[in-house]
Amino acid sequence: MVDVDILNSIILLLNYIFVPALAYGSQLALGAIFVTLIYGILRFANFATGDMMSFGTMFTILFTWYFQSLGINLGFLPTALLAIPLAVIFMIGYMLLIDKFVFRYYRVNKSPPVQLAMVSIGVMFVTQAVVRIIIGPSDRRFFDGEKFIIRAGEFKEMTGLNEGLAIKSTQVITIIVTMILVSALFWFLNKTKTGKSMRAYSDNEDLALLSGIDPKKIVMITWIIAGILATIGGALYGLDKSFKPFTYFNNMLPIFAAAIVGGIGNPFGAFLGGYVIAFSEILLTYAYRKFFMYILPESMEPDGLVQLLSTDYKFAVSFSILVIVLLYRPSGIFKGKVL
Amino acid sequence: MRKNLNVIAAYSIMMGLIILVGVFQSWNIALSIFNLCLISAVMTMGANIQWGYAGLINFGIMGYTALGGLAAVLISVDPVQDAWRVGGFEIFMSFLIIIAMILSIRFVLKRYKKSKIRTYCIAAIIVVGIIIVRIIAEPGIEAIEAVEPAKTGFLGGLGLPIVFSWIVGALFAGGLAFVVGKVALGLRADYLAIATLLISEIVIAIIKHEDWLTRGVKNVIGLKRPAPYEVDLQTTDWFIKLIEKFNSGKLALISDLADRQAALNQLVIEGSSIFVKLCYSGLFLVVVVILLILTQKALYSPWGRMMRAIRDNEEAANAMGKNVVKQHLLIFILGSAIVGIAGAMLVTQDGLFTPGSYRPMRYTFLIWVMVIVGGSGNNFGAILGGFAVWFLWIEAAPIALFLINFFTTGMAETNVLKAHLIESVPYFRFLMMGIGLLLIMRYRPKGILPEKIEIK
Repeated sequence: MVDVDILNSIILLLNYIFVPALAYGSQLALGAIFVTLIYGILRFANFATGDMMSFGTMFTILFTWYFQSLGINLGFLPTALLAIPLAVIFMIGYMLLIDKFVFRYYRVNKSPPVQLAMVSIGVMFVTQAVVRIIIGPSDRRFFDGEKFIIRAGEFKEMTGLNEGLAIKSTQVITIIVTMILVSALFWFLNKTKTGKSMRAYSDNEDLALLSGIDPKKIVMITWIIAGILATIGGALYGLDKSFKPFTYFNNMLPIFAAAIVGGIGNPFGAFLGGYVIAFSEILLTYAYRKFFMYILPESMEPDGLVQLLSTDYKFAVSFSILVIVLLYRPSGIFKGKVL
Repeated sequence: MRKNLNVIAAYSIMMGLIILVGVFQSWNIALSIFNLCLISAVMTMGANIQWGYAGLINFGIMGYTALGGLAAVLISVDPVQDAWRVGGFEIFMSFLIIIAMILSIRFVLKRYKKSKIRTYCIAAIIVVGIIIVRIIAEPGIEAIEAVEPAKTGFLGGLGLPIVFSWIVGALFAGGLAFVVGKVALGLRADYLAIATLLISEIVIAIIKHEDWLTRGVKNVIGLKRPAPYEVDLQTTDWFIKLIEKFNSGKLALISDLADRQAALNQLVIEGSSIFVKLCYSGLFLVVVVILLILTQKALYSPWGRMMRAIRDNEEAANAMGKNVVKQHLLIFILGSAIVGIAGAMLVTQDGLFTPGSYRPMRYTFLIWVMVIVGGSGNNFGAILGGFAVWFLWIEAAPIALFLINFFTTGMAETNVLKAHLIESVPYFRFLMMGIGLLLIMRYRPKGILPEKIEIK
């Protein structure tokens, strides 16, 4: 029976830790790449990150509703997947507008990064207000289609184990879409001429300008990529959990933590940083009681929940990782810009 | 006189606006706006010391405000004897262990040179310490939270007058700022912003969920007041006479005795709440004036000059032999302590402590808007920013409603768009704040009252 217990415990961890953390990490990773790109190329910390993501998600929801009212759907897939491309277009328009009317002035004047960060707070206020005025502050679910790929019950029947493994379709969609998007982004940054010039610009602005790179084009492409990342990241989070402007604003904190842990300015680091933060948040706040009940003999079963931290301290985890990284490796796990 | 003309003009306009609210809406609203303006002014002074004097970004204002509020609870609430009896010992022991932990870490830090082993040692001390504290404290916390959970369920406070908490709030906030400053002040500006933002979120998380200390989201209500209660005033003779005297002209017009008595009662009820608010205004004004005098003195002292030198060119100041790290830490603590005072004042005025209401938009970013709009580096500017922004924040909804009605006059009352806009009136304040901040940053980056350095 010991083998079955071990199998059960593995399934338990997969079900409650691995799968959710992988999905959450993917959502964070997209946000973190967004932060890191803006930081690397436009050189400021964008405090409007969370609200820009909620802005893109808002468009996705509006288009989803529109399609639903027309009776268009994708069968077992959520209608939102159809709405995302349209939302991305609107979001890019919004990003370019903001850049033209707000950020460009400071960039041209070579203002210090702190001032740009303050300006991004103004953008945060405005974006948040627009989102709340258009769609309201309440919780919205816009998921439709098939909810589960594997249900816990079916899994139990199939394998005969005590523990069920439930995989939500949104989790699979999140992971697949993230993988496609991130691979495309890295291909773009590493293989195309524009991507290479973006990296050059991020690395050394003066040298890049000397070698004839057009800064306007670089900035525009950065905002376009940022718009894509923000919309898709936000929409995936909203599909998986639910859409609430305040939650999106708060998500800014783990996203920043992920970007910094990965080494800010380094997209690959930000990508992995998302998973680092997600896994440590879930690993440290999960109650391991059931897990130990499976793997330990009956006499040694724990009484308490065996939880390192209560779930209320999720932020504390991302922050502690951030502090440790900043103290011991200020440039992040994967060397980003040295600060 | 001439050079201060813009200051005087700006403040006169501000006071005029508040008086207009008093005349057109009610004096009650005007005074509550004024009181919160004063509290905001204290907060902006704290943020201005950090940002305007020294150029340090502190996005953790919310955390220090909440700590000030916590101080108000811990000072003024009567101790809950039962809770102390069942769980006091465990809490005290945990407290001792935490102190032992800190001392041993200090010892390791002082005694041994920097090495991997030392780092692992410190990590081990922290982990073992936390585990021991959890094991010891758990039963105590459970016992404390089980003591009449609907009414108390926490340790209570010291039962002292609440005004003391203004000082204790400053100490709490300063203490936290010391720890945060030690860890985070070496970071670059925008990293410091992110780090302080995260720390403030953690402070709020702790206050929300450690019920044995703060009652958490169950809130603490009915805190003691430094001002008289309305109900008591309404039955006090001298107060009724005072109101009668004030309104003698109005009352004389009413001939019927019963009617006159009814009118007087109404006036007394209104008057009592205005009187209480005035008491608060007086107390807050004293704090604002004292702080203003101190900060002005500091700004023009050699120390203030040094801070500006550090802000404007860190390397040069360092080369001149100024200890930049130490001064940064000092000013971080001072500014945070002032914010802590404001937090305690806020809870004092509300008479209740609601950890759930601390949101970064309201307590961090709004304060930053105040500092930037008012004029960083100038204390008068910061206070004006506190007044103007808070005024707009409160009056944004009526203004937005007026504008919406104005622009949609052609539409029918049942129009979907109009109804939707009117429903979302509360969110227009965010829009106004954002646009205001962007406009100020673009066209008047030094704020309404910019920093002026006079060499005396």
